[in-house]
Amino acid sequence: GINAEYMGVGRARFTSYATLPQEYKAIRDMSRQFAEQELFPIAAEVDVQHKFPAEAVKKLGELGLMGVAVSQEYGGAGMDYLAYAIAMEEISRGCASTGVIMSVNNSLYSTPVDKYATHEQKLQFLTPFASGKQLGCFGLTEPGNGSDAGAANTTARLDGNEWVLNGTKSWITNAHEADVAIVFATTDKSLKHKGISAFLVPTKTPGFSLGNKEDKLGIRGSSTANLIMENCRIPKDYLLGKPGYGFKIAMSTLDAGRIGIAGQALGIAQASLDIAAKYSLERKAFGNTIAKLYAIQLKLSQMASKLEAARLLTWKAAIAKDRGDDFTQAAAMAKLNASEAATFCAHQAIQILGGMGYVSDMPAERYYRDARITEIYEGTSEIQHLVIANNLLKDYGSTNVKVPAAPHSAKARATD
Amino acid sequence: LKALVSIKRVIDYTVKVRVRPDKLGVIKDNVKHSCNPFDEIAVEQAVRMKEKKLVGEIVAVSIGGPKSVEVLRGSALALGVDRAIHVKLPSDNDDVESLAVAKILHKIAEKEKPDVILTGKQAIDDDSCAVPQMLAGLLGWSQATFISELEVAGKTAKICRETDAGMQRLEVSLPSVISCDLRLNEPRYAKLPEIMKAKKKPLQEITADSLGVSTQPKIQILEVADPPTRAAGRKVKTVEELITKLKTEAKVI
Repeated sequence: GINAEYMGVGRARFTSYATLPQEYKAIRDMSRQFAEQELFPIAAEVDVQHKFPAEAVKKLGELGLMGVAVSQEYGGAGMDYLAYAIAMEEISRGCASTGVIMSVNNSLYSTPVDKYATHEQKLQFLTPFASGKQLGCFGLTEPGNGSDAGAANTTARLDGNEWVLNGTKSWITNAHEADVAIVFATTDKSLKHKGISAFLVPTKTPGFSLGNKEDKLGIRGSSTANLIMENCRIPKDYLLGKPGYGFKIAMSTLDAGRIGIAGQALGIAQASLDIAAKYSLERKAFGNTIAKLYAIQLKLSQMASKLEAARLLTWKAAIAKDRGDDFTQAAAMAKLNASEAATFCAHQAIQILGGMGYVSDMPAERYYRDARITEIYEGTSEIQHLVIANNLLKDYGSTNVKVPAAPHSAKARATD
Repeated sequence: LKALVSIKRVIDYTVKVRVRPDKLGVIKDNVKHSCNPFDEIAVEQAVRMKEKKLVGEIVAVSIGGPKSVEVLRGSALALGVDRAIHVKLPSDNDDVESLAVAKILHKIAEKEKPDVILTGKQAIDDDSCAVPQMLAGLLGWSQATFISELEVAGKTAKICRETDAGMQRLEVSLPSVISCDLRLNEPRYAKLPEIMKAKKKPLQEITADSLGVSTQPKIQILEVADPPTRAAGRKVKTVEELITKLKTEAKVI
């Protein structure tokens, strides 16, 4: 990937847009321009009508944004996760629905297929998807288990040359537009999470059907629905990766997905900050613009600081992934902080806009509704805390970090 | 046909430009820059001609400091231009006057031997609107400026110019210097795989000295100032009152 070139060179450059290498600037400029010209005009309609932004998604595909980090050999753009995170933020700043559609196709579908599929599987299940001609989705969550992903109830039984799948997946993004779903099913419940495998399931397979679209608070342009499998038969070689590896695949995929969602949350946060800051420079009260009031300045400062911190965490996670390092901890921190920054910024944006923030004349209310889901999907904030704490405690448990001795030692008290 | 496209790195059109404290220019440090929008239109036109197989090779050239490489890669090579020439100035703050730009492009054209030279009608920083015309004069070529339509057919090109007096349709013989106006086309977005390919395309760095062109200014800037702030408009009650005010106050008739 492009990041490989910079492995030995001072990565201190990767902390602000101005200091990024030229190709990242180019990606940012292009996605930003696309968001402003193609998404700004349609975002409200997409939201109000719960309308899938088909034309925008098609253009994203043509521009290479639906498979940013997939190699060009398999239809992708051949870039890396830092480029992807930057693009995710800019696209989501324009339309968060379009952002999540892009994120699921990139991180939750293309990334695991790229990582675990055979060459033949990739030709069928990756190339058309990374190039945006077809859309993928990720079926892990079930009605009975969200955070408790290891307790899968969907079953897969080998019958001759076919797997027979039975079960229901819920809350699946892109359900209604996807051509293929990655479905996690158990072949042996007694093995618990080690009995789960991942399967590539074309959505047109007999026995595969969709539930009704959920009526969501936000990101309404993306479809969210149940995947229902009733004796759904797929060829034996549609197994993704090794048998029993499903949980591992799911967890590593979610790590990558968290970088994408962090990018989405950053976009929503930035859009909220943009609108709040501009409004404060125009709106007058008490004889001057409200930007002169400390109460408003405090809010803007908090918004900007949380956003910038979350962005740096996101870039750090993306760079760690691109380097091949363990990035689970970094990704969890990125997603946790970016999603909380999004909800904070959207909340304060409405507060700064006052009444105007509460009506659909301004996009602030949409940002507020779009932001909320980022703290829930691809691992709730509570799960992120769990991941972070577990990693942290593992580190402390395995190293001997020196801490100062207790202060009430006789030595400290001695006065002679 | 071979196309040479000239592009310039300018302060981005969204930036609120501020005068430098020494009043001899505008603040450029830490200010967002991008490719001159009219030059992007010129690049797009060249790429479309290449897609229609009217043009075989596109070469982009930019005269500017070190950061001009970014517009050559991001706004030219990433959009389908084949190779680039960077006439490197010592600093991103250096300016070169129109005649020197035209002379540099003249020398490059002598070497590259293009059939068409495309550029934006003017740069949005100084709005000189002089290089295409001067270049055509130096080369002794036909010129087609402010074009909104372009149809190349063999050794001639049918163009439409947007002028203050209206639309002018002309036929020019090639080779020609063509300057592009807003409505000629809508530039495409750079595709990600092309942004990646652009990193490997040839980009040659030369200096104005190596072309035998001096960039010494012949004009000395005495002062740069903000335009006067616009006064509020006024409403009048009758046409007679309007005419009186236009005569006596605005003094325009």
